[in-house]
Amino acid sequence: MSSIAKPRAWERFFWPVFVAAMLLAVWHYSVVLTATRIFPSPMNVEAGVVELLHKHVLWAYILDSLRRVALGFATAVLVGIPLGLWLGWNAAAYQVFNPVLQILRPISPIAWIPVAIIFFGVGDRAAIFLVFLASFFPIVLASISGVSSVPPVLRRAGRNFGLSTLELLRRVIFPAALPQILVGVRVALGIAWLVVVAAEMVAVDSGLGYLVIDSRNSGKRYDLVVAAMLIIGIIGLALDLIFRNVERIKSVRWGFRNAS
Amino acid sequence: MSAEAVMTPAGAGLKLRVQHLGMVYERDGEAVSALEDINLEVSEGEFVCIVGPSGCGKSTLLNVLAGFLSSTSGSVTIDGEAVSGPDPRRILVFQERGVFPWLTVEGNIGFGLSKLPRAQREERIAHYVQTVRLQGFENAYPSDLSGGMKQRLQVARALAVNPDILYLDEPFGALDSITRVIMRGELLRIWQTERRTILFVTHDIDEAVQMADRVVVLSSRPARIKDILTIDIPHPRNISSPRYLELRDELLKQIGLAYEI
Repeated sequence: MSSIAKPRAWERFFWPVFVAAMLLAVWHYSVVLTATRIFPSPMNVEAGVVELLHKHVLWAYILDSLRRVALGFATAVLVGIPLGLWLGWNAAAYQVFNPVLQILRPISPIAWIPVAIIFFGVGDRAAIFLVFLASFFPIVLASISGVSSVPPVLRRAGRNFGLSTLELLRRVIFPAALPQILVGVRVALGIAWLVVVAAEMVAVDSGLGYLVIDSRNSGKRYDLVVAAMLIIGIIGLALDLIFRNVERIKSVRWGFRNAS
Repeated sequence: MSAEAVMTPAGAGLKLRVQHLGMVYERDGEAVSALEDINLEVSEGEFVCIVGPSGCGKSTLLNVLAGFLSSTSGSVTIDGEAVSGPDPRRILVFQERGVFPWLTVEGNIGFGLSKLPRAQREERIAHYVQTVRLQGFENAYPSDLSGGMKQRLQVARALAVNPDILYLDEPFGALDSITRVIMRGELLRIWQTERRTILFVTHDIDEAVQMADRVVVLSSRPARIKDILTIDIPHPRNISSPRYLELRDELLKQIGLAYEI
C-alpha cells in the first residue's frame, strides 16, 4: 500500500463499522416499515443466535458440518495433489485424462446430489462425497498448472544432483508448485464449505445446512434461518483466515509475494 | 613461455575431450545447426572460458557437455567415459533463479547430500557456507539474499557434492558490474583452493581474460571454434598490464568488435 493512500488509524476501523451499521439500519427499518411478520429484524436474529447457542444441538450440528468438510476435503487433497502432480508431469497421461476432467469440472456439485444419494443413500457419506467432488477439481487443476509452471532451470538442477523421477517430483516439482497448489486448495476449501451446506439441506438430517432448512420447515422460524446463515458465514470466514496462515509458512511464502 | 608452468595445474591429465561435436535441431520443420565440429580438450583443474556472440550456442554447448542435451554427432568423453546424461560428478550453475526458493541456504547446500549421514552432511554444509562466505545466513531463504549471494549459494550447492567439473553458464550475467567483479575474485579464490575443472560460459571479454587459463572463442551460429587463446598471465592479474590489454584486444578482434566504439 502506498503511503499516500494509507488511511488514518481511526478510519481503518470507522468506515467498515459504519458500512455494517448502515446495512443493519436499512435492514431494521425495512422490517419495521413493511411491518412484515415473516422476515426477522436484526434484533430477532440476535435473539435467534442466542437461542441457538443455548441449544445443545447447534454445537453438534457445527461439528457435523465441519466433520463432513474435513473428511471430504482431506480426501480431495490426498487424491487430488498426487494426481495433479502426475498429470502435470506426464504429458501423455494429461492428454488422456484432460478431456474427462474438463467435462466433469463445470458440473455444479449440487447437480451431483441425486447421484450421490443413489450411490450412498441419505446420510453422511453422500454429503462427504459431494464435498470431495467439489474440492477435488480445483485442487487437481491447480496442481497440474503448478507443475507446468515450474521453471525448467529447477528441474535441471534437480536432475543434475542425480534424483530419480520420483525423488524429483517429491523434492523439486512438488515444493516448487506448492504455492500454486495452495491457491487451489484454498479455493477448494471455500467451495467445500458452500457445498456442505447445500448437501445437508437435502442429503442428511444434521449439520448447519439442515438447521437452515429445518428451521424453515418446522414452524417457519426465519429468525433461526438467518441466525444459522450468519453462523455459516462466520465459520466460513474463520476457515479461510486459518488457511491464510498456511501461506505464511516460510517455505511457501516466496511464491506469494512478487517472487524474487 | 615462462608463465606456462603457472597456468597449467601441476600433474594435469586430460579431463574432458570433445570430438567433432555437432548439434542440429528442428525448428518449424527446418533443420537448424547450433554447433558444428567442436573439438576441445580440457585438462584436469583447468579454467576454460567459452566466449562468443550472444545466441551463438555457448549455452547449448555447455548443456550438451553437462548431459542435459544430446548432440547429433560427435562425442563428449570425461575421463574416457562417454557422457550420457546429467551426473552429480559435474554440476551446472545457472545464470539466475537456479537456487531452490523453498529451501534455506543450508537446505540448498545440503540438497545433493541427502545420502550422507547427518553429522557428515552438516559438516559439509558448514564448510561450504564458509567457502562462499554466507556465514550468518544459514537459515535465510533465497528471497532474502542479494543476487550475488544467490549465485554464491548456487556455487556452494554445486561444490558440496564434490564434483570434478563445474560448468558455469553466464553465472554473473544478471549481476551489477561491481558485484560481478567481486564474484570473479571469489570464484578464482575458490578455484585455487578447491582445484576443480571449470568451464565458464560468458559473453564478457574482460571476465574471460581475467579468469581463464584458456579462452575458447566461438563463431556466431552455427558455433564453431574460431580460436583458442592461452592467457599466460599469472594470478593475481593486473588488468592494466600491457599483456592483459594485448590479449583483451586480441579477443575483441576475434569476436570482431575491436576498435568499433
